Amino acid sequence: MTYEPWDASIADEVIARHARLDGATMPILHALQETFGYVDRAVVPMIADVLNLSRAEIHGVVTFYHDFRSEPPGRHVVKICRAEACQSVGAVALADHAKRVLGIDWHGTTADGRVTLEPVFCLGLCACGPAALVDDEPVSSFDPAAFDARLAELRA
Amino acid sequence: MTRIFIPKDAQAVALGADRVAREVERVAATTGQTIAITRTGSRGLFWLEPTIEIETAEGRIAYGPVKPGDVEALLEAGMLSGAAHPLRIGRPEEVSYLARQTRLTFARVGIVDPMSAQDYVAHGGYAGLTRALELGGTGIIDEVKASGLRGRGGAGFPTGIKWSTVGLAEADQKYVVCNADEGDSGTFADRMLMEGDPFCLIEGMTIAGVAVGATKGFIYIRSEYPHAFRAMNDAIAAATQAGYLGPSVMGSGHAFTLETRLGAGAYICGEETSLLDSLEGKRGMVRAKPPLPAIKGLFGKPTIVNNVLSLATVPWIMANGAAAYADFGMGRSRGTLPFQLAGNVRRGGLVELAFGTTLREMIEWYGGGTRSGRPLRAVQVGGPLGAYFPDELLDTPLDYEAFAAKNGLLGHGGIVVFDDTVDLAAQARFAFEFCATESCGKCTPCRIGSTRGVETIDRIVAGIEPARNLEIVRDLCEVMTDGSLCAMGGLTPVPVLSALAHFPEDFQRAPTLMAAE
Repeated sequence: MTYEPWDASIADEVIARHARLDGATMPILHALQETFGYVDRAVVPMIADVLNLSRAEIHGVVTFYHDFRSEPPGRHVVKICRAEACQSVGAVALADHAKRVLGIDWHGTTADGRVTLEPVFCLGLCACGPAALVDDEPVSSFDPAAFDARLAELRA
Repeated sequence: MTRIFIPKDAQAVALGADRVAREVERVAATTGQTIAITRTGSRGLFWLEPTIEIETAEGRIAYGPVKPGDVEALLEAGMLSGAAHPLRIGRPEEVSYLARQTRLTFARVGIVDPMSAQDYVAHGGYAGLTRALELGGTGIIDEVKASGLRGRGGAGFPTGIKWSTVGLAEADQKYVVCNADEGDSGTFADRMLMEGDPFCLIEGMTIAGVAVGATKGFIYIRSEYPHAFRAMNDAIAAATQAGYLGPSVMGSGHAFTLETRLGAGAYICGEETSLLDSLEGKRGMVRAKPPLPAIKGLFGKPTIVNNVLSLATVPWIMANGAAAYADFGMGRSRGTLPFQLAGNVRRGGLVELAFGTTLREMIEWYGGGTRSGRPLRAVQVGGPLGAYFPDELLDTPLDYEAFAAKNGLLGHGGIVVFDDTVDLAAQARFAFEFCATESCGKCTPCRIGSTRGVETIDRIVAGIEPARNLEIVRDLCEVMTDGSLCAMGGLTPVPVLSALAHFPEDFQRAPTLMAAE
């Protein structure tokens, strides 16, 4: 996935576009992450100013939710389900395998900047696990062999 | 021209439905066969996905599970006229897994085009709202009360009573909020419904709005469900275009508009007050109750907060009558519940049944046992806050009260099967770990108790003073149960204590060590 490099004027436009919604903070943060791939800390005073809230309040929201990244992700994001239904069919072994092969822990990005690994608790694909979301594409039966095959595609 | 139906449900897509659909188009084009593909929801028989259904004179004929590589042979064999092939399933309604179900809430999922309001109406949609508009506010609420419908999110609170509280509240603005933050592992019914029959949820929310005089609704969808989020947005736009939402719903003079909001990976936002804070643009912190959201909810206004399935069941009740719905079920659990069979199970999927079927029938008859073929050892019902049941408890009927009597809970109807490789001490530790990760942090028992729980289970598993540390776990569980602000901390002890009660041997594997001096 490709994102815009950080640019305050683009961020201004994104914030302005969603500022009139009820409870605008979350839609704004999602839109910023969709644009830049992460939520740059520079947006905190910008959002606070537009919504007439304190910086502390916006900082509190950004840091409360697992989704909002503080750094740009790699070119591909692999989210692996860690919840019980996937555990029952080998999700723990899959996660260990993925971390070992990529040489990173959860939320890490490989040194070549290609892959970011993130945990997720349930994708609603619980009957055909282990489940994953690879760049927003749902994947089932994601065992270590399927992971390796997919990784080869991502690195190609 | 032949009509073809291929699901675009996220589970079907994860199994390759998009690739199959592209291949069908490609092969049909090269062989000059004229087809029209409709992307539907899934019927919920996931071991048969991706499924292709063909419209024929004898009704729809299904083939599955289809891999892209099968498509050429299928078309050559005469799939478009319903011809024989090893992958031919026949009429989907006659597959026993589906034939034995009672599909009320899920009547249209997997059948209709989820993008088309017209198709929704052609399959009985908006009959419920039409009758609701005739009945008016109190008439609707009386009907929902008489149906016995209880909240499908997990708590099982009577829906009609909630509605009547909001209806009686005086305010310049009221809201209808749909909780689509389906975070429990092993559950996917909300996702399937939103992807497969989004108009049904829209209609249910509109009826709720008319019932209590609310003019605005929000659907809070978890970010892990990007497909459902897009499906709901598309359907809301189509419903608005067709006059089913807007300043005068179906020309009735009642205004009702809908907006979606996306969660951001916080399990706690499935708790209704935390969800409301999140909708308001804040951290998803749990609120103390009272005041109830029905009195002081979103932006301080009277608010109905209901689960997707509760709201999506209302159109059926309105169209067919409360008595018809209440005829199904047992005891105080009336109607049907869309159960979800998941985890280590051969035939996972969506099983909508009247309350009262046993867990054993669900797992053995529907599920066909474990996927691994190994013996079943534990079943967790009701998500991460639900109990782990051993084989001896599988004859428990699926009913709110029957599960409570066995110290379990039905929750949102998710059933997760584990084979004999499961380590229940690890599952108990995970329950505490999950609570520590997902706690909103407002109350101490949940925030601190969960972390202490992880540490204490680690000591037990390492063989450090197991008897004393087990006592500490039990004490922690008591404090969390009695002292937490919401179900997150209050129910985390349920999986932990059930693991201890039914699988004590898993906590005694290490040789006992002496306490470190």
